[in-house]
Amino acid sequence: MALDVLKVTIERGPDAAAAQQSFDVPAYENQTVLDVVSWVQQNADPTLSYRFACRVGMCGSCAMMVNGVPRWTCRTHISKVLDGNAVTIGPLRNLPVIKDLAVDMDPFFDKWVEAEGVHHGALTRDDPIAPVDETTVERTTANTGIECINCSVCYAACDTVTANKDYLGPAALQRAWTLLNDAKDEGRASILDAVSGKGGCHTCHSMGSCTAYCPNDLDPMSAIAGLKRETARSFFRRGRS
Amino acid sequence: MKELRLYMAQRITALIMAPFVIGHLAVMIYAIQGGLSAAEILGRTQGSVLWFLFYGTFVVVVSIHGAIGLRVAASEWAGVKGVALEVFMWAVGLCLFYLGAQAVWAVTFAAGVGP
Repeated sequence: MALDVLKVTIERGPDAAAAQQSFDVPAYENQTVLDVVSWVQQNADPTLSYRFACRVGMCGSCAMMVNGVPRWTCRTHISKVLDGNAVTIGPLRNLPVIKDLAVDMDPFFDKWVEAEGVHHGALTRDDPIAPVDETTVERTTANTGIECINCSVCYAACDTVTANKDYLGPAALQRAWTLLNDAKDEGRASILDAVSGKGGCHTCHSMGSCTAYCPNDLDPMSAIAGLKRETARSFFRRGRS
Repeated sequence: MKELRLYMAQRITALIMAPFVIGHLAVMIYAIQGGLSAAEILGRTQGSVLWFLFYGTFVVVVSIHGAIGLRVAASEWAGVKGVALEVFMWAVGLCLFYLGAQAVWAVTFAAGVGP
């Protein structure tokens, strides 16, 4: 059935639920959620704030709540999320709203660094480039997590983040896990320390929303389970030494 | 690394509890065959070092495991933080231990069966 008009409700402002605004948006054959938001901003209300860049699922900047579910809006076809001809679009959950659909990503990225999601190099520019063996278990494990685009969908999906503001969240912990398995990263001790503290990997209840909603089909829940195993191993080793 | 220590304590006590829970359930099923009486239970437990150690250890690990678990629940669901959270954890742990230890002590050492 071809629809003519979409009933689009957009949650605006910090009081999102109290500031819902409805728009009639013309339906097109080929239309993403981001296209719908852009149509509203370009044709109905130029003051609508939202964030996007690449439009092809690379940059991770356009994630929003669509009918209560976090999604990358540029790669979500509107026909997949319509309830009849209606859709509700809101700012990402678990992050402070700046305005309308734009959230402050600072807590998300700060936690990325808190989880030691940074490169810990030991070589200098004068050293030869260290070879990476693509066939090792560690490399294969790291490979499963490196396609993260920092879109914060997992962070918005996580109920543990909602319950505990200190929790580092799935994306940051998954990055810590990939670095722990990276032959070129020398930060093993500091990573294990960072993910063992308050809000670290042991806060995770393995509810699995991160893995269920990751638009790139990554599996942060298993990455966090890996961190739990590694920290437990290092706990026993420290006890012996 | 307090979080890690609590996590490990809770996981290790869970490991210890698993055979205790299975043993406890097995004894319950065995004990109710042909009816259940206080005298029958006490006949098994009174003066028994084995059952004292079984349920005594069970009570200790349950107290640790439960207190840490409820600490997380109190923090995430009720927003209890800081010193109050630690007081809550210790209170739960000590309370569980007191209730359990009292019961274990009673079935092992207390004299006499009520009517």
